[in-house]
Parts: sequence; C-alpha cells; structure tokens
Amino acid sequence: MVYDACVEVKLREGIADPQGSTIEKATDNLGFAGITNVRVGKCIRFQVEAGDEEEAKNIVSELCDRFLTNPVIEEAVIEIQVVG
Amino acid sequence: MNQNIGVVVFPGSNCEKDAMEALADLGATPLLLWHADSDLQGVDAVVIPGGFAHGDYLRPGAIARFSPAMEAIIDFAHNGGPVLGICNGFQVLTEAGLLPGALQKNAGLKFLCKEVELQVESTNSVLTNMTSKGQTLRIPINHFEGNFTCTDETLIELQSQDQIILTYRENPNGSMANIAGICNTTRNVVGLMPHPERACHTLLGSTDGRILLESFIQGAHAAV
Amino acid sequence: MDDQLHRSLGLTDDELAKIIEILGRDPNHLELAMYSVMWSEHCSYKSSRIHLKRLPTEGKNVLVGPGENAGVIDVGDGIAIALRIESHNHPSYIEPYQGAATGVGGIIRDIFTMGARPIAIMDPLRFGPLEDARSRWVAEGVVSGISGYGNSVGVPNVGGEIVFDETYKGNPLVNVLCVGILPKERLVLGQASGIGNLAVLLGSTTGRDGIGGVSVLASAGFGDEEEDAEKRPSVQVGDPFEEKRLIEACLELLDEGLVVGIQDLGGAGLACAASETASRGGVGMDFNVSAVPQRESGMQPFEIMTSESQERMLAIVEPENLEQVFAICNKWEIRSSVVGKVTPSGALRIVDDFDGEVLGEVPAASLHEDAPLYERPISEPDDMDTAITDQATTLSGPEKIEDDLFDLLMSPQWATSQYDSQLFLNTVVGPGSNAAVLRLKHPTSGEDTGRGMALTTDGNHRWCAINPRIGSAMTVAESVLNLACVGAVPQALVNCLNFGNPENPVVMWQLSEAVDGMAEACNAFDLPVVGGNVSLYNESQGTNIDPTPIVGVIGLINDLSKAPPGLTWNDGDRIILLGPEANGLNGSAWAFMKGHRRGSLDPIDFDLHKRVCALTRDLVTKELVTGLHDISTGGLGVSAAEMAINSGVGCTLARTPDHIAFFSESPSRVILAVNPELLTEVEQLAAEYDVPHERIGLAHGEIFTVKNLLTVPVKDLQEKWDNRLSDALDGGTTQG
Repeated sequence: MVYDACVEVKLREGIADPQGSTIEKATDNLGFAGITNVRVGKCIRFQVEAGDEEEAKNIVSELCDRFLTNPVIEEAVIEIQVVG
Repeated sequence: MNQNIGVVVFPGSNCEKDAMEALADLGATPLLLWHADSDLQGVDAVVIPGGFAHGDYLRPGAIARFSPAMEAIIDFAHNGGPVLGICNGFQVLTEAGLLPGALQKNAGLKFLCKEVELQVESTNSVLTNMTSKGQTLRIPINHFEGNFTCTDETLIELQSQDQIILTYRENPNGSMANIAGICNTTRNVVGLMPHPERACHTLLGSTDGRILLESFIQGAHAAV
Repeated sequence: MDDQLHRSLGLTDDELAKIIEILGRDPNHLELAMYSVMWSEHCSYKSSRIHLKRLPTEGKNVLVGPGENAGVIDVGDGIAIALRIESHNHPSYIEPYQGAATGVGGIIRDIFTMGARPIAIMDPLRFGPLEDARSRWVAEGVVSGISGYGNSVGVPNVGGEIVFDETYKGNPLVNVLCVGILPKERLVLGQASGIGNLAVLLGSTTGRDGIGGVSVLASAGFGDEEEDAEKRPSVQVGDPFEEKRLIEACLELLDEGLVVGIQDLGGAGLACAASETASRGGVGMDFNVSAVPQRESGMQPFEIMTSESQERMLAIVEPENLEQVFAICNKWEIRSSVVGKVTPSGALRIVDDFDGEVLGEVPAASLHEDAPLYERPISEPDDMDTAITDQATTLSGPEKIEDDLFDLLMSPQWATSQYDSQLFLNTVVGPGSNAAVLRLKHPTSGEDTGRGMALTTDGNHRWCAINPRIGSAMTVAESVLNLACVGAVPQALVNCLNFGNPENPVVMWQLSEAVDGMAEACNAFDLPVVGGNVSLYNESQGTNIDPTPIVGVIGLINDLSKAPPGLTWNDGDRIILLGPEANGLNGSAWAFMKGHRRGSLDPIDFDLHKRVCALTRDLVTKELVTGLHDISTGGLGVSAAEMAINSGVGCTLARTPDHIAFFSESPSRVILAVNPELLTEVEQLAAEYDVPHERIGLAHGEIFTVKNLLTVPVKDLQEKWDNRLSDALDGGTTQG
C-alpha cells in the first residue's frame, strides 16, 4: 500500500520562536487584533510504501526521530492516509 | 609543529580553503577530507569548516551528519581526537550529537556578517588553552542560524561543567547565555559560530583568531 | 500557419518576413519561438547595438572584450580577471526575493563559464522611496534574496550601492556585478568545435519556469490564456546549493581539461546556448530535445528550448572524455546528459532522438548575427531650453541646515551586514568605503601576490536626468576617483545601461547621449569597456525611469602591504579639500530632496580630474593621509559627516559659507585628513600636480561644527546614519 504522509515539524513548547514572534508583532502593526501564540513550523509531504498503516506510521516516526527533526528543539506531528 | 589537520568538505561547504590557508599560515599541514570518504587519512585533528553543507536544506547540518566522514569523525572524537566545528561545522557537530544544544535562526531573523567581541569564559578546551580567562577577542561572525538554544537542564550542565568557552560581549543573535562557543565534557570537541580563520591577518582587520587556531594545533600535537 | 502567432510572440511583421527569407519557407512554431526569444531586446540588443559600437573596447590588458559571457583582463603574474554586470530589474519587482536571487545566480554562471572562480559580487540597487510600502517590500525582498543566494553559493558580496528615489517606484533596479579569477592559460570560450563532439547538459532539470521570460511569451497567448498562464510560472526559483556544486564541478572539468567549450544557460535557455556555442565555433548542432531531463511532464519542444530554468550549463565534450565528465558530475551530484552533437552543417537541428524526427532546423548563426538592428528615432526632450535655465541655486536655503544633513545620511549597513563580505580571506576593505579592496592571490597556488584589486560601482540618475551625456561622464569620473582613493589604477570598465522604453525617442536620445558621455570619459581615462548589459523598458504606467547608466570599474593596487586609508580622521588632523571650487547644486541629492529635478551641468574638466586622481593615488601610496573621501552624494557635508561618524571624532570646518558649498556635488573633489606634521608635504605635492587645495578645518572633539552654518554632536549624526534604514525597513512591511 502507498500512503500519503504529512509531517508537521514544529518547535517544542518553550523553545523561543523568533519567526513566530516577528509575525505576531506584524499582525498587530497591520491592525489584526487578538492574534496570539503564533508558532512557525514546516510541513514535509511525501509518499511511503508499507504493509499497513501501523507500519507506515512506524517508518515515518523513525524517519522523524533520526532525520526530519532535531529533537533538541523540534517535534513532529505525523498524519498518514492511504493514497486515494 | 607539523600537524596534519583534516578539513572536511561537504557539497556546499565554502570556508574549507580559508581554514586551510589560516592553518597553513600557522605552520600546520592541512588536507582536505571528502565527505563521502570514511578514511580520515591519519590526521591529528579535524576541522569542520563553515558554509552551507547540503544547502542547509531541512536544517543546517541535518544531512551532513550522516556522511561517511562524519561517522569516522564521531569515532575519532570519542577516542579523544581534537575536533573543531566553525559556524556550519558547529551546527553539524550539534546535529551529530558531539556537542549539546542546537543553533536556531538569529533573533533578528537576518543573516549577520560583522565583527564581534568575544570573551573567553574557559581556557580549558582544545581551542582556548592558550588564551586567558576574560580575554577579549575580536572575530567576525557570519551566519543566519547561530542562535544557541538548549534546554534549561542542558544549560545548567554546560555551566556547571565549564563547557561554555566563548561568549559574546554584546549578544548579536539571541543565543542563550550569550554563548558563542562550547566544548564537550572531555574538552576535545569544540564548536563556535564566529570564524577565527577570518581573523588571522592584519590586512583582514584582526589577528585575534590566531591564538585560537594555535591552541587547536597545539592540542592536535598533544593528542598525537 | 496562424498569422497572429509571431505578433503574440513579440515579433514584428518585418521580422517575420526576415525569418521567412532566411529559412526560404514559413517557420514552424518551435522555430518561431526560438527566433522570438533570440531576437528579443534582451538577447539581441537590437535597439542599443548601433550606439554601443561607439564605446572604446580596446586596451593592452584586454583578453576578452564585449560579446562574450564576460570581459577578461590580464592582471599580471599569470592571473586573469573576468568581470561582468547584469540587471535583473523586472523579475525583482514581481518577486523580489527570487528575482534578486536568480540575478545573482545568473551573473555567477557568466563568470565561471569563462573558467574563472567567482570571488566577489557587488550590487548597485535602486528602489522607490522609503515612504512607499511597496518599495520597502521590494527592498527587503531583494536584499534578502541577494543575501540568501549569494551567501549560500559562497561568493562574498563586497559592496555596491543602495539608493531610494521616486523615479524607481514602479521599476526598481537590481544590478549585480561579479568578478572571477583564473589562471590566464585556462581561459575558455563558449564555443563548440570539433565535429562529432558532444553537448552535455549539466545541472538542474528543465521546467516551464521563465519560459520566454526575455520576450513577451510569458504574457502572450498560446491558446487558452488561463490554461497557459497556469503552465508558465514566469518567476524562476533559484537553488544556490545546485549552483555551488555546478561551480565546483565545472571548474574541476576545466582543471582536468575535459571540456572544449562551455556556456551557461541564461536568457532564452537552450535555444541560446546551443545556437551560440555552435555559431561561435562556426559549426552546427543536432539537438535532441527528448534527452533533456524535464521537471514536468508533457513539455512541448518549444518550451524545452526556451525555458529559463536556473542552474544549468552546456559543456562541449570530446566523446572519449565523456566517462570522466560523468564521473566528476557524479562526484558533485550534478545531473549530466548528452543532448547535442556538433555537426559540420552550420544548422541547429532540433530532433526527437538523434536518429528521429527533425522538429525544426535553422541556421545557428541566424539566431544571433541576423537579429534585426534598429536605428530608433531620437529626439531631445521638448523642454530642454527651459529645463537648463532652472538652476537649483535659486532655491531658498534651508532654515535648519542640520535637518537637511540628517535627511541625507544613510548607512548601507542594514543591507551589507546581511551579506558575507569576507569569504576567501581577500577582503581588505569591504562595503561602505571609497571602494572595495581585495588581496590578489593566485587562483591555483593561492600565493599572495602582495598586490590588490579594487572595485567600485557607481551610478547617478540625478546627474543623468539633467544631462545624460555629462552625467555619464561624471559617473565614470567618480569611479576613477573612488579607485584613486584606495590607491588603485583603473584597468577596465563594465556597464549596465538601465533606461526606459526605447520606442520613446527621448529615451533613445538619453541612451545615445549617455553612451557618448561614457565614451568620452573612457577615452580620457584610457579605460576600455570590456562588457556590458542594456536593460530597456524600465517604465511603469507610461513613465520612464531617469536614465541610470551604472558602471563597475576594476583597478589594481601595486603594493597592498597595508590597508589603504579609509573614511576616518584622528583628533588633531587638518582637513584639506582638493579640487576645484564647488559649483552649483543642479542634480545634487539636496536639490532632488527639495523636488528640484532640473537644471544644467558643466562639462567635466578631464585633465584636472586626472591630476586630482593621480595626486590622490600618490598621497595614498606615500601614506601621507590619515583618511580621505571623494565628494559625491550629499556633497562636502555628507562626506565630512561620514568621516566624523566613522572615526567618532568631530571637526570644525570653515570656508564653507552656505548650503551651496556644503551640499554641492560638483566633481573632482576629495576631502583629506592630514597629520599636521605632513601638511607641508601634502601641500607641496598638490602644488606639484597643479591641483587646487585648501585648508578647510580641523578634526577634533565630539562636535561637528561648520562655522556660521551648524553645530551638531557627532553622536546625533551617528544615530541618524545608523538607524535610517533599520527604522524604515524592519517594521514588518507588506506588499503595498
């Protein structure tokens, strides 16, 4: 089976996010009131072949731990879907 | 003092020739080590120079740390071999787990190329053992991702183990505790964001980088 | 065939008739597309060529003049230097980051195409006013694009200029100059030779990005407009990592002697590279479109041939060297594919597989040599007579002159600190001084020659708006004086001629006059023009930009054992002004700030200017001055303020009676800071060179004082200087 994977890489809670705070400041300047907690991450999309969803998740999870994230400052949220 | 010092080249490295020029000028014998080659050719020490290894795509150092040369360098470091990461090299060393912490985007969200004043915090490392504590060094920085970040526990450890070797007098990039350079607990692996090789010639505005690289070459000698 | 197609591709009816005459038949779609891009203004210089011929291009040190990918000069010790300047104005307005980034990428490829390692870039930039939100957005994007691409590809950015003016509001200028260094014997030219040799495409895949970027293809319909628009994103995305590997791979191929010719792919893509290499070598080429690695499926042959996808090179290789070429490309992880074969026919044949169908066939040379040449109508502006009598000196002087001085102060550091200016350990003087100064090291041995090279870029739209001929001559003169201030002797010039719509006779008059002024100055200073670029159609909503010829000049410093003096003085130094008396305010930054954009300029006295330059060089070489600065934008006021700011030491100036003397930008003038013990020697030397000189003040204290005009603390000047750009640009700007 082929699965669509979407990995959202984001900064861990508590790690300063200069991009996020800059965007937050700008929203204020532009007159958008009440925008808070801006955090910037990145999204990595790819396809993965696996026997079932569980296996796909495991593969992607290991890929995240070893390569796609730096666990010192980042964590990943993984979404898996059968290619439809 | 004729130490063989390997300078690693990844695709996208760009400070390797500069590092070699400065090391040769200080009497060492630099040689290039290709990233895809796991043979370190018996060098006495290793420098991972600045640049944009693998384009810094994904994260600086994220791809470079998996190269065959890095695997050999990790072993070399674990056996006490002196390893110096400058700028992008520092990023590679943190990604490879040879040094703690990570380097984030600068707080100002801009690339910064300028001379800064550093303060020597610890003389107990392969890079700083010829300097004196509190000494000021004028050395350029040149990076977008030099904002040193780690957990509070790691910071406490760095402080208690005297692993912070260089700090900025005026913090240019938001680094925690003004950190410009650190070493590992065995003090043979060092990483710093500033470029000592750019401060080795009067014509280039400062010679304060020489004492750091001289220390490192001496360290290579001691380790042999 | 569709009788409207050629027009939608930007070709005139006459141009189509000429193509039919060349081919002896109607062109097909693919052939027409190739002619349209190759005969575009950008590739063929059809409006400007007739004028460019008037520029002097010969000199004893010139190895390669205009017409190749870059000019090359011999600088001695077996070293040659390649240089070129290019514009990327239009793309940078649409997508500032990528427009500027790909501009940097393109110019760097032009340089290593010659076999040279790129070692420095400089970027003269022009944006609309800082008060305009869209202009700020463009400026921020352009600077970060130059930073993002240039730093990563690993070529230091050692200077340039950044100017804000309303004339560039709808049309910014992004020019980039690149300098490369090579062992003289390794010079290669972009030509194919040797029947049976192979054309190998190196680098990125080919996509639909930037198709027809050089002509009107991008906006012209090829059928259903919406569907086509989707197919053709005209903005290209740069990949500095690909380019870095491409540089290393190409230089290694050249080091190993594995290529007979090499050509970068820029405007007009493969159509240009294939036909140019073939026609320069006097041969033909069979070009296999289906062998081109493609980024997207379903690309038409005309799309493949005209795509401007970035980071690609075409190398001409002898078949027996092919395996080695592939090996080096693999090492650097560079894609390489055989796409062409050199043939004796003189024809560029586009084929679908080497023994497959012929999709198009044109004489290779016809795409270049037969391009139309236009002598477009020229006319002086209608209001010349009244414009020249409108003198800026009649404007009333400022009430508080310090406020005007503050408004003219602007440190470029906000931009320049985003660029790596130090890589390769050559940069002795970086951005923000009289001229950049680099150590001259041998490109292969790395051995320091003890000599230096100096670089400057200059342009002044204000002078050229008033009088394009004198303004252009003054621009060249300023460059030569900038180099003299670092002790360098000028060697060669490259230009980037940024003008408006050539179909407007006044614009063509400006271009023609500017070329004449530049030629006069180059002849006077014995300075060959080794390359150039013409950027026309710089207009928005029917308004043309002020004529903006930009020049880049390279000079040599015979002994670089010490860094040359900079914009600085010591407490106690005497301040001397060299050169003729200040003359008027026409075309000055001060006058333009007051909205006065007319007037006249006096012709420059070339003989006097040469004496001032020779004296300045001599003073620097003999180490007789603490610091010095040529007088340019903002006049004596800004030049002196910059020296005070840089050194943190104030001054007292006398003999500057009014705002005219303070802000005048008349040429051939230099401010010197001299240790009192050396004063007599300096004055004697000035007398020997027959250069007027005057003691105008003393450097001391913390206050900047001009007797009877102003008194202001240096730290106030410093604050305005430092914060001008960061205050305006760091506030979270939007695409206005």
